Amino acid sequence: MTALIEIKNLHASAEGKEILHGIDLTIQPGEVHAIMGPNGSGKSTLSQVLAGRDSFEVTDGEVFFRGKDLLAMTPEQRACEGVFLAFQYPVEIPGVNNTYFLKAALNSLRRYRGEPELDAMDFLELVREKVKLVELDEALINRSVNEGFSGGEKKRNEIFQMAVLEPTFAILDETDSGLDIDALKVVSAGVNALRNPERSILVITHYQRLLDYIVPDFVHVLYDGRIVRSGGKELALKLEEEGYGWLETKAS
Amino acid sequence: MEMPDEPDSKDTIAEIRSQFLECVSSREEGPGWLALVRKNALERFLDKGFPTTRDEDWRFTSVAAIASTSFGPPKEGDDEQARTLRKSLGLAELKRHELVFVNGRFSEVLSSVEDLPEGVAVTSLSRAIVEHPERIQPVLSTSDEAETAFFDWNEAFWGDGAFILLPKGVALEAPIHLVFLTLGAGGPSVSHPRNLILAEASSQARIIETYAGIDDAVYFTNAVTAVVADEGAVIDHYKIQRESVSAFHVASLDFVQGRSATVSDYSLSFGARLARNDIRAALDGEGADVTLNGLYVVKDRQHVDHHTVIDHRVAHCTSRELYKGVLDDAASGVFNGRVIVRPDAQKTDARQSNKNLLLSKDALVDTNPQLEINADDVKCAHGATIGQLDGEALFYLRSRGIALPEARRILTEGFMADVSDRVRVAAVREALRELLFSGAA
Repeated sequence: MTALIEIKNLHASAEGKEILHGIDLTIQPGEVHAIMGPNGSGKSTLSQVLAGRDSFEVTDGEVFFRGKDLLAMTPEQRACEGVFLAFQYPVEIPGVNNTYFLKAALNSLRRYRGEPELDAMDFLELVREKVKLVELDEALINRSVNEGFSGGEKKRNEIFQMAVLEPTFAILDETDSGLDIDALKVVSAGVNALRNPERSILVITHYQRLLDYIVPDFVHVLYDGRIVRSGGKELALKLEEEGYGWLETKAS
Repeated sequence: MEMPDEPDSKDTIAEIRSQFLECVSSREEGPGWLALVRKNALERFLDKGFPTTRDEDWRFTSVAAIASTSFGPPKEGDDEQARTLRKSLGLAELKRHELVFVNGRFSEVLSSVEDLPEGVAVTSLSRAIVEHPERIQPVLSTSDEAETAFFDWNEAFWGDGAFILLPKGVALEAPIHLVFLTLGAGGPSVSHPRNLILAEASSQARIIETYAGIDDAVYFTNAVTAVVADEGAVIDHYKIQRESVSAFHVASLDFVQGRSATVSDYSLSFGARLARNDIRAALDGEGADVTLNGLYVVKDRQHVDHHTVIDHRVAHCTSRELYKGVLDDAASGVFNGRVIVRPDAQKTDARQSNKNLLLSKDALVDTNPQLEINADDVKCAHGATIGQLDGEALFYLRSRGIALPEARRILTEGFMADVSDRVRVAAVREALRELLFSGAA
């Protein structure tokens, strides 16, 4: 079986400072992996590098997505190939209507796959169906992208976009941070509804709590730009109880 | 600017003087007062000469290219060519009341005005001056030293333009469209459209001026529009400037507002190699309300300049001003917005904002919002920004699969949305979208 994504010895830096010191990670189709780690360990850098953010420079290593060289692709090509990043801090874009933007995105993906574009009616139907998944107020999705949304609404909007775009590989970058327990349940339920044997998810989080709702197949600990531990979901519980301190002694 | 500071304008001015004498001898016998108005205007023009970049109001806009070009009077335009050009502009919904001017001349065949309520006039100024001299003379005889040289040049030479009279209490439902087409055959030519809009108490209308020319034609449009809005009148005014990119466009637009008169104006500027707009609103009656909005989208080596003055002369008036600019390539822009609050203008509520988006590192904007407050109980705010497309927003769109050029376009449109969405005439809003979509942005 071909891995969905294969990350080999990935080094990346920002403004000349290396943040990722060699990441190795392989994710098979249908698997849910969680990456945990303290602040500054490189979690968000990893997610941004995978999505193609150009403020990070990949200095070594390679990433294959369904056998293709992911690092050679533009952000939009990656999205068209099936990569989706749920942002930790979704951007507010005044003046750009949420549904207009999402329709443009979906039709870009469809064109890439050689599928016919959706017209306004079909798109609206799709939106109505998907918006229920994350219990997002329909009035919100007709406003400017994320403008004036609460923190929770922004995160729901990310999962809503994911539901519409149906990626094969979704990265959830601290989607749980700032969510109250009700919103966390809604967002998790939205994510779980999208789990299937072809779709893989990489959950990046600080807290074990999210993993009670989105149960991972594997948990990795990122520490100082390296994966220092990998295991099953019990690893998350150990981190919850003991913190990251015990890794420090191990790592040094 | 690379243009020389001191325009080589002596020959041009001498030529304008002799053109005037020719005009005087060939012009049909007009009213005597008008001949005097023209003569005075010419004298003011000769006195001032062309402005240079040493003049405060023209510091960032050199008119040397105009001053050193010999513009002749325009030839008569071909109807078929004009019809094709008109068609290319879209806005077919606006044909119910439409006056078309081709190369400065009123075109009877291309114009159409449906039945109008009693007393409403929508006609050419040269006709109206015969039919309604008592309405026109007082407005056309008030010019003074304070006008720009281009205004004076227009006043000395204007051939025709639109005259709109809205009697008391009449609300015109369909918009009025004034179309100025330049076909630009043979040598550089200048036309001086002159428009006069008189809105009596409690009348209402929406008026759109469109300026357009044949691609690459070299010509100069030097327009003057005056709008008088009496007590309680409501006027929506739009100007869509889509001149040829080889053309020059200078325009002066004056609003005088009486008690509780409401005016909104949109200056939508896309064309011309050099465009300069002087827009003034005089708030003369308490409760008057003015909105001056603008959108300028330029590229290559285009230059666009808006100078606006909002004059709060009496108490309890409101003004809102929002100008947005998108500049690509080596284009340049100027925004100079003055808000004057006179000593008696207590309770003034004035807000002004100019925001610019630079799409290229060679694009340039000079923005200068100015508040002159001489009253103490007022609410005034102003601000200006110059920025680039937000890198994070671009990445966000691209990460959803939207290709870079489309992502840039979507963000640019989004930047302009708070001006373009406020356009109240649906046909204009649609035309604006098309213009922005077609790559003007």
